[in-house]
Amino acid sequence: MTLQSLQTALALPEIFVAAMASAILILGLFINKDRNDIVCFWLSVFTLIATCVLIISDFATQTAFAFNGLFVDDPMGDLLKVAICLLSATIFIYSRQYNQDRNIFSNEYYVLGLFAVCGMMVMASANHLLTLYLGLELMSLCLYSMIAFFRDDKLAVEAAMKYFVLGALASSILLYGMSLLYGLTGALELAVISSVVSNLGKDNLALALAVVFIVVALAFKIGAVPFHMWIPDVYHGAPTSTTAFISAAPKIAAFALIMRLLVGGLEDLHVQWQQMLIILALLSVAVGNIIAIAQDNLKRMLAYSTISHMGFFLFGILSGSAAGYSASLFYILIYATMSCAAFGLILYLSTKDFESDQLNDLKGLSKRSPWTALLFLILMFSMAGVPPTAGFFAKLSVIQALIDANLAWVAVVAVVLAVIGAYYYLRIIKLIYFDAPQTIPEADAPIAVQSDSKIVLAINVIIIIAILPWIGTLITLCNRVIKQFVY
Amino acid sequence: MIPLSHYLILGAVLFSIGVVGIFLNRKNLVILLMSIELLLLAVNINFVAFSHYLADIAGQVFVFFILTVAAAEISIGLAILIVLFRSRQTINVDQLDSLKG
Repeated sequence: MTLQSLQTALALPEIFVAAMASAILILGLFINKDRNDIVCFWLSVFTLIATCVLIISDFATQTAFAFNGLFVDDPMGDLLKVAICLLSATIFIYSRQYNQDRNIFSNEYYVLGLFAVCGMMVMASANHLLTLYLGLELMSLCLYSMIAFFRDDKLAVEAAMKYFVLGALASSILLYGMSLLYGLTGALELAVISSVVSNLGKDNLALALAVVFIVVALAFKIGAVPFHMWIPDVYHGAPTSTTAFISAAPKIAAFALIMRLLVGGLEDLHVQWQQMLIILALLSVAVGNIIAIAQDNLKRMLAYSTISHMGFFLFGILSGSAAGYSASLFYILIYATMSCAAFGLILYLSTKDFESDQLNDLKGLSKRSPWTALLFLILMFSMAGVPPTAGFFAKLSVIQALIDANLAWVAVVAVVLAVIGAYYYLRIIKLIYFDAPQTIPEADAPIAVQSDSKIVLAINVIIIIAILPWIGTLITLCNRVIKQFVY
Repeated sequence: MIPLSHYLILGAVLFSIGVVGIFLNRKNLVILLMSIELLLLAVNINFVAFSHYLADIAGQVFVFFILTVAAAEISIGLAILIVLFRSRQTINVDQLDSLKG
């Protein structure tokens, strides 16, 4: 076996991120401490942008394998990786002021972020149970530490502990499912598993057991009801900069995990996992949307909104057609962008002693800062799925896929629940535009954030509505990469 | 020769003990970490048993990776545990309840 036969060059983006993360970690030790953080911060952002350029300049048109089938380079993986890097870079920029104010602005924070990105990229390109597991763990271990980074804060540490225990439990369940799958198929490579599974047949009971374990673990990881307990606590307790990080790119990585494992490996058992996903998705949309109404903490409310969005995202997957997968991909890309912007806005409004994470803190925002209020307005309309925002088209494509799969009753329930969900998004708009400002002194302080963050935030929100003329192009792109993957 | 099913039953029993340990334990976080370790070891038994009976070495390679990741995972867990103890002076599971809603 020679080095050429490993096709190492296909994994260049991952290697670049991992090498840069290690370099930044060491560099941070040598530069003078008061400037160290800002240099490392910009280097991390540069790394992510450079990785995007690397991927786009060599965007895959064919499926190619590296490391003897451990790693695959295909258009879907590349698209997901570009989104992961862009979103993470955006959130790094948002989090700068917030982290500086709370003394967690150190090079280790961004190094952990880079390693998490590397893990997500490995997941996006995994073609083997081992690579899937290692990517997942690399991402999760970094996220646990990023939450606990705010170590003087009781809530953050408690959130980290809860996330750690449930995350480890989910990983073990996933591994147990993988071990059963390995025993039944004798293979770890997803393509081989897929062909053996189609020979074993749909009625194999042991195979069904393995699928149950795997679906439960995936539900834990994306936070679908009834495995959602950790999401509200983690979103609420973690420092907002980390919450933002968790809420965007890892969702895209979760899409990759589901696609590689359920569609790439177990598509012949579609009938079985479809049943489970229907229950998970419907419960997620119902519980997420209804409990969100009762929240008075903005981060917690967005956590329940995440749960309901994850339900919608599962609708596309469970419809089990190329169109459905592509609708899910489109949905998760739009959702991650919206979520990134929502937490960006909270970070933008928070100051040194003021978290700005209560719904009441938003009262009368339109008088304090009309521009931020407008950004919130666009974002909340998009999250609720009001046309002509991107959020509407995302929901539309998923519902379309459900109807095409003869699941019209699921689509009807989903739309009804989405209407209930619109209530709490519109309530935020009401608080911002129609309520009198609060008299908390911190809330009246002028917003002081660097201009780079302001500009990125504005672009992030406006893109949700300005993408409209190109929305067809994006959908076509999703269709194209999914077709390449499915066939 | 011990049949495969014996190993699988052992793995399943260990896995169940681990899961029960996570959900029933209300006293001590260290026991929780031990339960997590037990879950991963149950998986390892499964992998090694399958690997032996399938005469395929890949399963045993997987076990090495799981062992390594489990070590990294538990060290992060212990680090979080220490930070938690510093901020609260307790590692009682019941008292981890400030996040609610």
